[in-house]
Amino acid sequence: MENVNVKINGREYSVPAGSTILDAARVAGVEIPTLCYLKEINEIGACRLCLVEVKGARGLMAACVTPVTEGMEVFTNTEKVQKMRKTNLELVLSTHERKCLSCIRSRDCELQKLCRDYGVEDEEHFKGKVNHMPKDESTAFLVRDNDKCILCRRCVGACKNMQGIGAISALDRGFDTHIGSAFEMPLGATSCVGCGQCVVACPVGALYEKDDTAPIWAALNDPTKHVAICTAPSVRATIGECFGYEPGTDVEGKMVAAIKRLGFDGVYDMNVTADLTIVEEAHEFMERFTKGENLPLITSCSPGWIKYCEHYFPEFTDNLSSCKSPQQMFGAMYKTYYAQKHGLDPADIVFVSAIPCTAKKFEVRRPGQCAAGEGIYDVDYAITTRELARMIEKAGVNFRALPEEAFDQPFATRSGAGEIFGATGGVMEAALRTAANAILGENLEKVELSDVRGTDPIKYATYKLGEHTVNVAVASGTKNAGELLNKIKAGEVKVDFIEIMACPGGCVNGGGQPVQSAAVKATVDLKAKRAAVLYNSDANNEIRCSHDNPAVKKLYENFLGEPGSHKAHEVLHTYYIKRGL
Amino acid sequence: MKLSELAAIKEKMQGVVAIRKGEKVEQKERIHVLICGGTGCTSSNSVKIADLMKDELAKAGIADEVKVVLTGCFGLCALGPIMIVYPEGIFYSAVKLEDVPEIVNEHLVKGNIVERLLYTDEITGEHVHSLMDTRFYKSQKRVALRNCGNIDPENIEEYIAKDGYAALGKAITEMTPQDVIDTMKASGLRGRGGGGFPTGNKWQFAANSVSDKKYVVCNGDEGDPGAFMDRSILEGDPHAVIEAMAIAGYAIGADEGYVYVRAEYPIAVRRLQKAIDQAREYGLLGKNIFGTGFNFDMHIRLGAGAFVCGEETALLTSIEGKRGEPKPRPPFPAVKGLFGQPTIINNVETYANVAQIILNGVEWFTSMGTEKSKGTKVFALGGKITNTGLVEVPMGTTLRTVIEEIGGGIPGGKKFKAAQTGGPSGGCLPASLIDTPIDYDNLIAAGSMMGSGGLIVMDETDCMVDIAKFFLEFTVDESCGKCTPCRTGTMRLLELLEKITEGNGELEDIDRLEELSKYIKSASLCGLGQTAPNPVLATLKFFREEYVAHVKDKKCPAGVCKKLLNYYIEADKCKGCTACARKCPVGAISGKVKEAHTIDTTKCIKCGACIATCKFNAIYKG
Amino acid sequence: MKKKMTTVTFAGTPEQELKLDAAIEKYGKDEGAIMRILQDAQEIYGYLPIEVQRMISIKTGVPLAEIYGVATFYSQFSLNPKGKVAISVCLGTACYVKGAGPVMEKICELLGVQPGETSADGKFSVDATRCLGACGLAPVITINEDVYGKLQPKDVAAVLAKY
Repeated sequence: MENVNVKINGREYSVPAGSTILDAARVAGVEIPTLCYLKEINEIGACRLCLVEVKGARGLMAACVTPVTEGMEVFTNTEKVQKMRKTNLELVLSTHERKCLSCIRSRDCELQKLCRDYGVEDEEHFKGKVNHMPKDESTAFLVRDNDKCILCRRCVGACKNMQGIGAISALDRGFDTHIGSAFEMPLGATSCVGCGQCVVACPVGALYEKDDTAPIWAALNDPTKHVAICTAPSVRATIGECFGYEPGTDVEGKMVAAIKRLGFDGVYDMNVTADLTIVEEAHEFMERFTKGENLPLITSCSPGWIKYCEHYFPEFTDNLSSCKSPQQMFGAMYKTYYAQKHGLDPADIVFVSAIPCTAKKFEVRRPGQCAAGEGIYDVDYAITTRELARMIEKAGVNFRALPEEAFDQPFATRSGAGEIFGATGGVMEAALRTAANAILGENLEKVELSDVRGTDPIKYATYKLGEHTVNVAVASGTKNAGELLNKIKAGEVKVDFIEIMACPGGCVNGGGQPVQSAAVKATVDLKAKRAAVLYNSDANNEIRCSHDNPAVKKLYENFLGEPGSHKAHEVLHTYYIKRGL
Repeated sequence: MKLSELAAIKEKMQGVVAIRKGEKVEQKERIHVLICGGTGCTSSNSVKIADLMKDELAKAGIADEVKVVLTGCFGLCALGPIMIVYPEGIFYSAVKLEDVPEIVNEHLVKGNIVERLLYTDEITGEHVHSLMDTRFYKSQKRVALRNCGNIDPENIEEYIAKDGYAALGKAITEMTPQDVIDTMKASGLRGRGGGGFPTGNKWQFAANSVSDKKYVVCNGDEGDPGAFMDRSILEGDPHAVIEAMAIAGYAIGADEGYVYVRAEYPIAVRRLQKAIDQAREYGLLGKNIFGTGFNFDMHIRLGAGAFVCGEETALLTSIEGKRGEPKPRPPFPAVKGLFGQPTIINNVETYANVAQIILNGVEWFTSMGTEKSKGTKVFALGGKITNTGLVEVPMGTTLRTVIEEIGGGIPGGKKFKAAQTGGPSGGCLPASLIDTPIDYDNLIAAGSMMGSGGLIVMDETDCMVDIAKFFLEFTVDESCGKCTPCRTGTMRLLELLEKITEGNGELEDIDRLEELSKYIKSASLCGLGQTAPNPVLATLKFFREEYVAHVKDKKCPAGVCKKLLNYYIEADKCKGCTACARKCPVGAISGKVKEAHTIDTTKCIKCGACIATCKFNAIYKG
Repeated sequence: MKKKMTTVTFAGTPEQELKLDAAIEKYGKDEGAIMRILQDAQEIYGYLPIEVQRMISIKTGVPLAEIYGVATFYSQFSLNPKGKVAISVCLGTACYVKGAGPVMEKICELLGVQPGETSADGKFSVDATRCLGACGLAPVITINEDVYGKLQPKDVAAVLAKY
């Protein structure tokens, strides 16, 4: 691409044509403040914080949406610009509930940082009318607190533009403008799927996960309870970001060590039940594939996707794999098999999962997720990566200083296939490794299936396995999922097996992951960096296929029998609801 | 349709033109009665008057000799309903239903003018026979409004009779698209809807954009409260807009147009739709116009009550069916507009000039106006003025001419205080600037703007702080809520004004008003926010002492701001009748019978009941 | 102004739904369909309750929240059934300086409502409207199709009594 020459604060730079002033300033090492801008998701020029002076322009220009032109001279830090930013922030504060001390975003609030940078001392400079709104706590997964909302609309962009859902929108007009659902319905009454992408888009504390740590603390302090936890594959790749590590740092050992210091009776690796899921799902696929029934089979690990399917594509619920997600399989096995083996009453077990996901908070209370008996949920609480990090902080555990420790047995052995679950395409790759073995009678020579890797929205691949040809598709992000399903409905695409993750890029980019600022999101490929941790771990694992995981084999030998057995169905499978809109 | 067919229609219609020029024509239909069917006169029964007239004509047996036409707005709305009888050109005003039989029997049958219904000159007190002889019309120059009140807007042949569609014919058969654009550039025509951007340049940008699909859009979302020229043009001469849009389409390479009209203008919408249908029927819209291979068609889209949709990017977003929120520019609509395609947007009045410029030439157009503002401008004259209505004057006409001559001055012997122009985006011109020639640049220099041409006259009883507050209330209500400076900033401005008008202001609030106003102007996303503080800044500039009086003395000099008023009884006038004391709901008035009463201002709730009761005008506010 | 929602039970008829379907059919494939569908829907039902907006959402595939966002952006869309007698008071500048404010106050006082509300008996609804363009008659109010100009507060009671 050709370049254009621009001057930023008096110095000359050559930047790619089509860059915005904001991009160009980054080339110059200058970060222009923004609040509403979220690259490719919300480019609306609304907050007016990024206004800069451009020589010869009639007025100030919004750096986030104004493309540079040859010879453009930009001034990002003039007295006028700085004064305007301060006034802007003062106006924003005048409608923002300033409970900053206890705010969940207290240390990573983008507004707070800017107020400090620009010396906003008088928080009440523009004191005036405020539209108070009640908090929306109607869902299991997130809280909307409009009193803190600054109307940047990043959440709306994430929900509509990125996820193709539009459960929330800007409503009313002028000073009464606010973000909400149709007819001010609580979010829980809408077809919101709980993916949490709005939460990680929010620059302030107006959107956050429903905090489930309080009952966990209570259980940990209750000697009559047996409290166990398992962590999802991607959490080890991201939780380091909460403790100052660069994105893409694998902190598994320290994470395990930290959790152990919280007082859990068992700290386990969910990768084992990821492997278990694959063995069950591959079996299910082979059954449907040979019979030609309910194809394409669609994966069911992502609860946001499941809810999306139930609302928007109820005609596809029979195509969903009936396998529970790894989280639910873990809880189910723990409260049946493990409880039996160790003489524990399942009612006394509090099982927690740490996940990159807000929708999993909804999944734990779905019907058909009580393997150990009526009212005994497979998983009691699902907490996000962020909540786990907060628990560690609250306990005063010095994460960075900890030694590396290992997960507890008997669920510590995992395959590389289970590890890559956290990235888009990972479940497909893992399932194909096992399905191939079932068809060919041996493992693939080359288990890395690069066609289904990477962060493309929709990926297609065809595999020749002996005399069978298997067509697969992988989609991440509900908008892309919808696009794929519509193509299938229209007969434009014919595939046998589909992996769908609700969040673009898969779990590594889940709505429960550490929040990064818009600036970081614009400059760092978080999805790829985080996914790399998982693919490295797979590459370094001697066991590459789920069915080869000895821990899984043992589960079948000791408890489940065969994949797809009656027992397996009792414990590891579930059903879905046609919700509609 | 071929050009020759157009000419034939024009030829056929020359009798009609002649009668309305005042020429006696030897034909059966010897009299034309034109009745204003604009919104104003329709509101005062003009349609019923027309119907009744037809009945009366039938009764009198002269139905086939008299043609009754409902036209668009004549402009002199204050005197509606208005009726003109041609060929004499007799001008009747404030006609009532009961006057109709007399007009028919005396004037139309016997030829006796009904003197009592004639317009009376406000200064000489004499009857004026012809509309054109009124002071109101004499100083006007009607270009955009030339057909309003003169033709039947629902009859395309009357438009053709007056050179209608000849400019389109000329443009697409004799001129290249670039010729058309060059003509527009040379004419110096500037956008009549707001900022005054040169129309030719706008067309050039869109013509330069390469695309298979382009659009021509007409902004008829006239939102400036107190301006109604666009409505009048659409009601009175809809084909002028259609023709101009087709010319614009030819110039920039577009084959599709949209007119975005306020839904509050039902008559305009109906007439425009009828005009579009007729133009299609006559082959003046559609495929292969005048056999040249040029295609152009258009649609109407209705607004739904959002002032911000007058802003061009918001208007386009609204046509796309979404919340009418503006978008940052660049990209400009000429590059990426409606549905992402190159688009030009001009307002109704701008389009109404286009065909005239093509037909009469650049020199004719540039002979009117000032150096940088060519042509004429239509103003909607309202407020404290005798001749409320629509006036069109050459650019550069002074405010004094408009107010004193055309407008007939201020009623009730009150003193002129200021003229508000540009609506909520504009400012005001104080009495000291009454001799300023009105054009784009002078208005901007005075801290106001042309806007769409609302001109509201205010007298000494209008409080300028209250007026600023009125406009801010409007802006706060109409702000789209997208950008912070406008959404929150205008609310904070309004709160400061409320504080001041309620008597709680401090001197530093005036500085804060100024500071915040300047911030909102330079930081807002679109024209609405960027001009929203103008009413504050302009009134501060010319009437700062009025703000100071509110803040320092806690007084409203004009006697408008309720909370700053106290009620007093003039002892000399009070007869001690006790009526007020009995009426006062809070017992604030005391006094002995037949002695002067007094009001306890600490108890008084300023409800005004006492003033309404007093028969001796003894109670005053101050 | 924040839009007020109705408490009136929806009583749409199958005939109305057929008309709505026809409108969606007519505009459905048009890119700018939602506003036009809402305009027609308001004609058909008199207002835009959730039941109507939901039908539009399901039939067009446009998210309900987005439709509601459009409906609450434009002041002409109503979430409330209008009264049988719909009063609009012009609050344009010309009307304002000629005393539209006191006229509005008087109307509201007589009917016991606020602007934007419908009277308790459902008979009258009162709205402030932007300039009607009848500035020559300022201050102006419209009641259904009728226009009343040069109105003073003292005239209001007599005008309302006609309905």
